Amino acid sequence: MATYLEFIQQNEERDGVRFSWNVWPSSRLEATRMVVPLACLLTPLKERPDLPPVQYEPVLCSRPTCKAVLNPLCQVDYRAKLWACNFCFQRNQFPPAYAGISEVNQPAELMPQFSTIEYMIQRGAQSPLIFLYVVDTCLEEDDLQALKESLQMSLSLLPPDALVGLITFGRMVQVHELSCEGISKSYVFRGTKDLTAKQIQDMLGLTKPAMPMQQARPPQPQENPFVSSRFLQPIHKIDMNLTDLLGELQRDPWPVTQGKRPLRSTGVALSIAVGLLEGTFPNTGARIMLFTGGPPTQGPGMVVGDELKIPIRSWHDIEKDNARFMKKATKHYEMLANRTATNGHCIDIYACALDQTGLLEMKCCANLTGGHMVMGDSFNTSLFKQTFQRIFSKDFNGDFRMAFGATLEVKTSRELKIAGAIGPCVSLNVKGPCVSENELGVSGTSQWKICGLDSTSTLGIYFEVVNQHNAPIPQGGRGAIQFVTQYQHSSTQRRIRVTTIARNWADAQSQLRHIEAAFDQEAAAVLMARLGVFRAESEEGPDVLRWLDRQLIRLCQKFGQYDKEDPTSFRLSDSFSLYPQFMFHLRRSPFLQVFNNSPDESSYYRHHFARQDLTQSLIMIQPILYSYSFQGPPEPVLLDSSSILADRILLMDTFFQIVIYLGETIAQWRKAGYQDMPEYKNFKHLLQAPLDDAQEILQARFPMPRYINTEHGGSQARFLLSKVNPSQTHNNLYAWGQETGAPILTDDVSLQVFMDHLKKLAVSNAC
Amino acid sequence: MNVNQSAPPVPPFGQPQPIYPGYHQSSYGGQPGSTAPPTPYGAYNGPVPGYQQTPPQGMSRAPPSSGAPPPSTAQAPCGQATYGQFGQGDVQNGPSSTVQMQRLPGSQPFGSPLAPVVSQPAVLQPYGPPPTSAQVTTQLAGMQISGAVAPAPPTSGLGYGPPTSLASASGSLPNSGLYGSYPQGQAPPIGQAQGYLGVQTPQRSAPSQASSFTPPASGGPRMPSVTGPLLPGQGFGGPPVSQPNHVSSPSPQALPPGTQMTGPPGPPPPMHSPQQPGYQLQQNGSFGPARGPQPNYGSPYPGAPTFGSQPGPPQPLPPKRLDPDAIPSPIQVIEDDRNNRGTEPFVTGVRGQVPPLVTTNFLVKDQGNASPRYIRCTSYNIPCTSDMAKQAQVPLAAVIKPLARLPPEEASPYVVDHGESGPLRCNRCKAYMCPFMQFIEGGRRFQCCFCSCINDVPPQYFQHLDHTGKRVDAYDRPELSLGSYEFLATVDYCKNNKFPSPPAFIFMIDVSYNAIRTGLVRLLCEELKSLLDFLPREGGAEESAIRVGFVTYNKVLHFYNVKSSLAQPQMMVVSDVADMFVPLLDGFLVNVSESRAVITSLLDQIPDMFADTRETETVFAPVIQAGMEALKAAECAGKLFLFHTSLPMAEAPGKLKNRDDRKLINTDKEKTLFQPQTGAYQTLAKECVAQGCCVDLFLFPNQYVDVATLSVVPQLTGGSVYKYACFQVENDQERFLSDLRRDVQKVIGFDAVMRVRTSTGIRAVDFFGAFYMSNTTDVELAGLDGDKTVTVEFKHDDRLNEESGALLQCALLYTSCAGQRRLRIHNLALNCCTQLADLYRNCETDTLINYMAKLAYRGVLNSPLKAVRDTLITQCAQILACYRKNCASPSSAGQLILPECMKLLPVYLNCVLKSDVLQPGAEVTTDDRAYVRQLVTSMDVAETNVFFYPRLLPLTKSPIESTTEPPAVRASEERLSNGDVYLLENGLNLFLWVGASVQQGVVQSLFSVSSFSQITSGLSVLPVLDNPLSKKVRDLIDSLRAQRSRYMKLIVVKQEDKLEMLFKHFLVEDKSLSGGASYVDFLCHMHKEIRQLLS
Repeated sequence: MATYLEFIQQNEERDGVRFSWNVWPSSRLEATRMVVPLACLLTPLKERPDLPPVQYEPVLCSRPTCKAVLNPLCQVDYRAKLWACNFCFQRNQFPPAYAGISEVNQPAELMPQFSTIEYMIQRGAQSPLIFLYVVDTCLEEDDLQALKESLQMSLSLLPPDALVGLITFGRMVQVHELSCEGISKSYVFRGTKDLTAKQIQDMLGLTKPAMPMQQARPPQPQENPFVSSRFLQPIHKIDMNLTDLLGELQRDPWPVTQGKRPLRSTGVALSIAVGLLEGTFPNTGARIMLFTGGPPTQGPGMVVGDELKIPIRSWHDIEKDNARFMKKATKHYEMLANRTATNGHCIDIYACALDQTGLLEMKCCANLTGGHMVMGDSFNTSLFKQTFQRIFSKDFNGDFRMAFGATLEVKTSRELKIAGAIGPCVSLNVKGPCVSENELGVSGTSQWKICGLDSTSTLGIYFEVVNQHNAPIPQGGRGAIQFVTQYQHSSTQRRIRVTTIARNWADAQSQLRHIEAAFDQEAAAVLMARLGVFRAESEEGPDVLRWLDRQLIRLCQKFGQYDKEDPTSFRLSDSFSLYPQFMFHLRRSPFLQVFNNSPDESSYYRHHFARQDLTQSLIMIQPILYSYSFQGPPEPVLLDSSSILADRILLMDTFFQIVIYLGETIAQWRKAGYQDMPEYKNFKHLLQAPLDDAQEILQARFPMPRYINTEHGGSQARFLLSKVNPSQTHNNLYAWGQETGAPILTDDVSLQVFMDHLKKLAVSNAC
Repeated sequence: MNVNQSAPPVPPFGQPQPIYPGYHQSSYGGQPGSTAPPTPYGAYNGPVPGYQQTPPQGMSRAPPSSGAPPPSTAQAPCGQATYGQFGQGDVQNGPSSTVQMQRLPGSQPFGSPLAPVVSQPAVLQPYGPPPTSAQVTTQLAGMQISGAVAPAPPTSGLGYGPPTSLASASGSLPNSGLYGSYPQGQAPPIGQAQGYLGVQTPQRSAPSQASSFTPPASGGPRMPSVTGPLLPGQGFGGPPVSQPNHVSSPSPQALPPGTQMTGPPGPPPPMHSPQQPGYQLQQNGSFGPARGPQPNYGSPYPGAPTFGSQPGPPQPLPPKRLDPDAIPSPIQVIEDDRNNRGTEPFVTGVRGQVPPLVTTNFLVKDQGNASPRYIRCTSYNIPCTSDMAKQAQVPLAAVIKPLARLPPEEASPYVVDHGESGPLRCNRCKAYMCPFMQFIEGGRRFQCCFCSCINDVPPQYFQHLDHTGKRVDAYDRPELSLGSYEFLATVDYCKNNKFPSPPAFIFMIDVSYNAIRTGLVRLLCEELKSLLDFLPREGGAEESAIRVGFVTYNKVLHFYNVKSSLAQPQMMVVSDVADMFVPLLDGFLVNVSESRAVITSLLDQIPDMFADTRETETVFAPVIQAGMEALKAAECAGKLFLFHTSLPMAEAPGKLKNRDDRKLINTDKEKTLFQPQTGAYQTLAKECVAQGCCVDLFLFPNQYVDVATLSVVPQLTGGSVYKYACFQVENDQERFLSDLRRDVQKVIGFDAVMRVRTSTGIRAVDFFGAFYMSNTTDVELAGLDGDKTVTVEFKHDDRLNEESGALLQCALLYTSCAGQRRLRIHNLALNCCTQLADLYRNCETDTLINYMAKLAYRGVLNSPLKAVRDTLITQCAQILACYRKNCASPSSAGQLILPECMKLLPVYLNCVLKSDVLQPGAEVTTDDRAYVRQLVTSMDVAETNVFFYPRLLPLTKSPIESTTEPPAVRASEERLSNGDVYLLENGLNLFLWVGASVQQGVVQSLFSVSSFSQITSGLSVLPVLDNPLSKKVRDLIDSLRAQRSRYMKLIVVKQEDKLEMLFKHFLVEDKSLSGGASYVDFLCHMHKEIRQLLS
């Protein structure tokens, strides 16, 4: 039989699911003692080129509280044409269309290999995708120019029938009407005034005249949205107009006096964008794409005043409760985000500025709606340009890698309950028998809304084993979980993807080894990290770290092999061996450490951490370091200061940054120009190799990482030095003078110290 | 008001107008002889002048007349006789012209018979002539003279007891009656025109006349009746006049009342009867005892019959009544002034000169005092003490038009640049250097002529004095030698200590359904394309510095970016009307020539863009707010042109509801109709003023739009309101476009502050006009153009010195349309007097009426109309009574004696009283009244003059070749001849009235149709025909329009047609349908009031 590793990988590839535990402890008590909760990382729309959608609708369990989808785990009585729901054990009749069913003629959803299956729904009006650009005009000239070009370029990438809209803002907010000839029209709003959705719709003339209640003609309401949405037009109709319009876009003309920030009404602009879509296309896939080049400085949602002498809030200010606009602004954006989520739209934020742009306050807009968040220094960088372009990339079918308005429903067998989810989602507040009272993440519901998602969007879903200790599960019993994701495909079809998985139960007392072996430390690390990051949003940083540490120690106590009070005896099995190291790096990661990061950066990092799949998340937690040398092919090396050697080139991928670091000697060689000499062609190749590899990563990654090419002693080398384990510092003298590695000037503890300490604590009885 | 539409018809009075001139002439003729003043008048039409002059001289003359009764009497008789005939002949309107002709001759004849003259003058003069110092007086004088009046005559002006009576009688009917009575014996025979009758009477026996007159005045019978209750009521009605006069005397008689009663209310017919009796009674009552007249009266009564007969013979007019021709005639006064003063330039060098009337064309030479085009005063000789002023009750007011346009022959004020130091001012009172400043100590210091403070002359301004104490450079410096000049302001005089940027015009166009449907928007946009080339520019500038911006709106606002660099205009919609703001900065206000292509494209598109609009709701306050904010953002002053169609009912600040409630009329709550609905507009206006944002409002309502509220902002920002009810492109396009062109092109000053300084002793206490005041002294005008006038009232706060007189200095700080900051200074020196007579001799009635109308029109905001009217009447009565008491020579109380300068006061005041604002007719809308109310507030003297007393020009009487305007006739139906065609204009309306029996040839040449019945009633354009008459009439219409600041739409009215009611409303000497008194009646009433005051 395959190893657990293979099993896990297989499952991930097929179902997009990774569980922290692949064999489940069979009682609540035992499960609690496992420290790491039973949870999974689910990538609902994981790309499955081998999985063509079926063209019919799923068969549902007839019990109103269940409605689970027929799946391979169900018991089927082919003769009676009955199937038993594996969640509620309700016996259901097959629908008439399944009359020809038999053992040899099974519908796809009953075949084991279709534990994940996608249904295509034909009914319901298909509405085109909607892209609403919300563009900041308080930009530098070249920034604006670059942005305009990117936007114009994007028009050609959109599906021709997509509806587009344009809102620009600076001191005022302008909603552009797109279908005008001879004159360009826009509706202008004051940037300082918070408007209700109703007011916005009134002012945009979107409110339909009170129609008599007896709407005898049904076609009319259907036409209406198109008639009334002067602001959202099919791209093929107004391609030229919009291109011109974008071309004529000017910087915000209002004068900015010395010592002031430009007045930027981001809050109102977003509010209007939300209100506009809310009034015209509720529950239709739509992206609000906010491009901003600075912090909101006026009106609702303002993050900082326009006085330059008062800097934007820092973590320090926030800790001191000195960020006067933060709470109010956050509230404003949260309100918007919730409304947007309710309407099934998503908000992307493209923030490009050297200073902060208020992502901290605005993060919820992207987080709650599944939108993208991109942070860069300028719109005039390839980071932004390529990232933006990648939004519109297509999959193997030629469809956009984006889906909208998804609802994820989770069903569990009786022994399990749902504790919550962490990811780009909002709760739909659907209570049910399978909803736990124990809360982890976005909880209290069995359904979530994910307004925007793509093939990598991943949620952490947490469960609770509720089976009582005294009600043992029969040997060989399996627990089952079904994920039902309904969404609007980018081709505008409604689709339903159903994933049903089952895992074995094991009695933790008798079968701890099994459980231990089935531990997925990677998934566990990411799931724990998500919990930690989720807590960090609302709790003080040190508390979160303490909590993480305690969990780690408890885990080690539970699964380590050691003699009491003897740290040196401490051992962890293979399936746990990497876990402490992940935790070490996690503690140092920008997701939990705010030192050296602005609030915006933290928000940005956390945003991505909460939505990327396992592999990417792991890279974020513990960056990958490759070493290039004449000694052989590139090899992964320890993320440790000892890996920084003079004759090596290092390539570090932290997900957000790609750093190429030339060792001291290499840098000198390059400076000397050896690479240009034919006789040192191999040196040239060596220099080129990491560049090529970096390109490869850059091509695949979203968002584009910051690409840093530096060398020993370079100022940018800090990106590398801050990540590696400081095994050699100015403090551990024994390292000085040694040839290997480079000392890091830091007071941070190194992994070794961390591990030593961990062992000590794990083996002690103290905690 | 009926500004745009119709006016209530006036009941027709059939009276002989022609008589008028005749009288004047005759009387003048007589008077001239007697005294100098008369001469001028005499020059006129012989007799008339005499009368007019008389007032001053009148006194003296009167005596002379009495003394030299022969001449006056002679004239009188002759004139009368002739007149009488004429009158009869003329009775109908038609003959008027001829009458005049006749009169002239008549006047001459008068010269001979004294007694008759006297009487005649009395009668005739009084009516026609008011000419004598007191017009009425004259008549009276005549009367008196004839009688025993020798003394009375001296008072002449006043003196003419008879005139008074006549005057009183003048209530057309009564007068006639009176006359009739006088002549009694003669009367019947002469009788056709009452006036004549009267005249005759005098002739017969001077003494008796006098007496008789009085009696008639008393109109024994009438008087009594009248006196009691009637008088007041009658005041308005025809009879009252007689009553007043009589009143005093007649009061005793109780019998007549009944008759009187009938008289007053009654139209002509009743009048006759009452009058006759009235006269008799009066005679009996007052006069009777006094003199023999009673008996005479007795006959007069018969006279009444006579009247009947008179009318009969001559015409329908016979109706009885005072002879309208015998009462002071505005036409005559205007005509005389024109003839006497229109030829010589008016040189302003002498202090306290009364300028020619506003109706006279004259040149002004500035020699140290401001031209009357800039400042006109109610009196040029003001009482030294406040006691005197209180006694006289003559308001002291100046009507100031700081930026008045001058005729091309007169130079506009010199601009003085004093460099960085700025204009030289008194350190204490801050008055500006002017010709009245006294340089002393060899020129090293000067004493302020306003506050007497002694100031040092700055070194750079020093100049030696000549032997007379004058600076030797006095004539090189405008500020030392002229009454009006300008200073360039330094940066200290600018807002925020920054020189202003050039102003901007913002066109804000209503594009709601109504505006689109009527074609207004298309018309306007088309017009603007060319009009933008004619923005006001300064001096020789090639291109106007003014920038323009465009906004359209319904219940949301659309701003347009028309920046020159744009390929196409950009429209920015602001729907947040609750909290208006300007959505763009750059590209909203642009230079026309730079952005022409974009602007043209915009104006082309606007009508199409909204062609399918269904939006009927509009906002208003946010529109103004937007314009104001735009100017604020651009940091400049400017003007908003608003084109608005409907009551702003959309949800927004300044939202209005329809509150038009006709039931409020004549209640204490009527004033609310004139008050704004909400205070929001005042607040807004205040902000506008602070920004120098002037608002011009063009209204195109189909129904009630609440002009009272909408006009608040234009009113307070120095803007104008234009109203085109039921606008239709075909009919109203020319009027609208013409007004628009004029409004856009006219030179205007922005962001102005006006301050009126006075020398010690008086101070400006009250201001009327279109402006805003945040304190008690500074008049703030967001915009001020050459038509806008500010009326300032002065009060004493100390004793004045006869020697030094009183000085006014009006300083206006403004931004020119090129963006230059300037100060315009007007200085005026007035005389002071210790004798009331001097005051009365130097008054100007037109200005007085301007002031009183404005006061009354403001009064309606706070008081019931009745109270306002009563106040006016009372004040007028007090003024006249004071004169009578203190200046006129003693005479019978029954005489109505008017000061020469004020002899038109009653007729004009009556016009004010019966104006639509103060006495609305049934068909006058609330909006019209509010519209007119605010219009009048900033009218100048010339405008109020013609507005209240319209000009009525006969078109076919004068030879076709004559190029001058035909002489006007009095605004009374009696003056209309059904065989003639008339033009009537009051500055806002223009009517062409066609008599029913006008010659076919005339019809053909004017209308190109073959008969009267084929003329389209209500026609607004005369066909362009190539014949002398058509050309002349059209030229005349054009020239009339050119004289007025607003285009007058022509309405062709046919006699006996429905529209005639509209027309008749403007015949202000007649009784109006809405209850306004006829001139004659009012004069009687006034006489009564005066007598009451005197007793």
